[in-house]
Amino acid sequence: MARITLDHIRHAYGPKPSSPQDYALKEVHHEWNDGGAYALLGPSGCGKTTLLNIISGLVTPSEGRILFDGTDVTQLPTERRNIAQVFQFPVIYDTMTVYDNLAFPLRNRRVPEAEVDRRVRDILEMIDLSSWANRKAQRLTADQKQKISLGRGLVRNDVSAILFDEPLTVIDPHMKWVLRSQLKRLHRQFGFTMVYVTHDQTEALTFADKVVVMYDGEIVQIGTPAELFERPSHTFVGYFIGSPGMNVLPAAVDGSAVTIGAETIQLDYAPKIGSAKKTELGIRPEFIRLGRDGMPIEVTKVEDIGRQKIVRARFSGHPVAIVVPEDGEIPADARVRFDPSAISIYADSWRVGREA
Amino acid sequence: MEKTWNNKAWFLVLPVLVLVAFSAAIPLMTVVNYSVQDTFGNNQFFWAGTDWFTEILHSPRFWDALLRNLIFSLVILAIEIPLGILIALNMPKKGLGVPVCLVLMALPLLIPWNVVGTIWQVFGRVDIGLLGHTLEALGIDYNYVQSPTAAWITVIVMDVWHWTSLVVLLCYAGLVSIPDAYYQAAKIDGASRWSVFRYIQLPKMNRVLLIAVLLRFMDSFMIYTEPFVVTGGGPGNSTTFLSIDLVKMAVGQFDLGPAAAMSIIYFLIILLLSWVFYTVMTSGDAQA
Repeated sequence: MARITLDHIRHAYGPKPSSPQDYALKEVHHEWNDGGAYALLGPSGCGKTTLLNIISGLVTPSEGRILFDGTDVTQLPTERRNIAQVFQFPVIYDTMTVYDNLAFPLRNRRVPEAEVDRRVRDILEMIDLSSWANRKAQRLTADQKQKISLGRGLVRNDVSAILFDEPLTVIDPHMKWVLRSQLKRLHRQFGFTMVYVTHDQTEALTFADKVVVMYDGEIVQIGTPAELFERPSHTFVGYFIGSPGMNVLPAAVDGSAVTIGAETIQLDYAPKIGSAKKTELGIRPEFIRLGRDGMPIEVTKVEDIGRQKIVRARFSGHPVAIVVPEDGEIPADARVRFDPSAISIYADSWRVGREA
Repeated sequence: MEKTWNNKAWFLVLPVLVLVAFSAAIPLMTVVNYSVQDTFGNNQFFWAGTDWFTEILHSPRFWDALLRNLIFSLVILAIEIPLGILIALNMPKKGLGVPVCLVLMALPLLIPWNVVGTIWQVFGRVDIGLLGHTLEALGIDYNYVQSPTAAWITVIVMDVWHWTSLVVLLCYAGLVSIPDAYYQAAKIDGASRWSVFRYIQLPKMNRVLLIAVLLRFMDSFMIYTEPFVVTGGGPGNSTTFLSIDLVKMAVGQFDLGPAAAMSIIYFLIILLLSWVFYTVMTSGDAQA
């Protein structure tokens, strides 16, 4: 259980990085609370795994320091950091039994055998493999193997943090749900700091108290699932979180008037756009009201996804998505209104506030 | 899955069957033919039944050669397998070192066997050989022409030099196929260097090691060219292995019957021992 401080960390895999483009991980400077459940969310290649490996010590950052509870561990090797990590693909020791696999991290740390036995049996119970304890681990299914990998991470209950690198990729959907709720329960029970890498937003949003969204080697936003949904601080967050993602429309901002193509929307504040080259308006599909009055729109397609309908349309020449309730009406001559409180203005992709 | 039977398939494998018949089955049958007959030349043959087999199995010369050969093979396996694993573990996994090491390792394997013999024959000579002369100059009594011990050491060192590379290359192939995540997980689990070897590397090398052991056993058990060139089976009979003895009998003495009987016994021994190795080494997979 530890507070993790990432102090101006940057990492480049190649030698002698010169331009920002050489960094797989651009500057990260954050503090993660003791006992928090954090999800690192982002597309492939955005630096999530690099950041995770820096925390676990498998990668030493090119620049910056990592502190656990205020102690600098940057140069400490993995085995001395008291970290558990679970990988994307199952890692099991083929020649050992399931029991020995789980006991391995404890025995390596010279935990008394009675204690080993107690903890291994707990974990076996939890991952539902008690009846397999004395079987060789080799012939198990991918699901079972990954459960053993998870178990090896959880068996040490004194770790500073447990890191998960997309651990549920190979698990089938039903089991995913079960394991995820077990992880959450364990987290509440033991209160360890948990960092969970994923590219699946549902997984991130249901699992974590704080979601860390990464894009192109940078942390673009850290927030609760609600914050990410309501106030995405970067157009990428808007687009990545939510299904379908936020509509981001190129817009010209003049004081409190925002013009998209031929339409102008009056805001009750003047966004602070400064000298930004690119200004955009973002609005989530859930906050566009489709009806008979407002701005004209041209509906191109309606997708029925069960409890909702997604209307694909063109607004002032730009494609937009609108979420309409299942029984919502779609008039022939449709018009839309944007919920003013749900509009975000982005200057060079970053959200700008209402303080003018 | 249900298999489809189609007798036309036999036509497709026929060419291979014909080739195997000519290259293996028919020569083997002629050996069987010789082994049950006696001849005094003139292409006249007399039925001898199992006499030759009885004679070979009661001949101390055969048992001595067999014993020497078994000791030789076991020594070779005991040196080459651990040494090969050790070298493979220490080879670089990436960078410029990889191709350099691989080429260096493959070099001994590219040399024709009789040339290997000649190299070591010259290398070990006391009068002009680099090794032999140096040892002599250092006051070490080394002469493979006269001392059986020196002859054995020369033949073993030569075989280790020649064939350890094969074990290295096989093990290396096994090692590079292990995903990084295994090593990372081992670090997280606090595994020692020995545990990493014992629980990750060795199990992953299991398959290739089986092949390495089988190949090295069969090859060393059939070794002929190199000791023939270096020691010619001497001094005395000290390095006369089964194959050398066999050639002496068949070509030197022209005892076709006993030589044929011995070939068959020799063949059966190799087959049996290879089967034993295979069964023992794969028994781990069968359970679990």
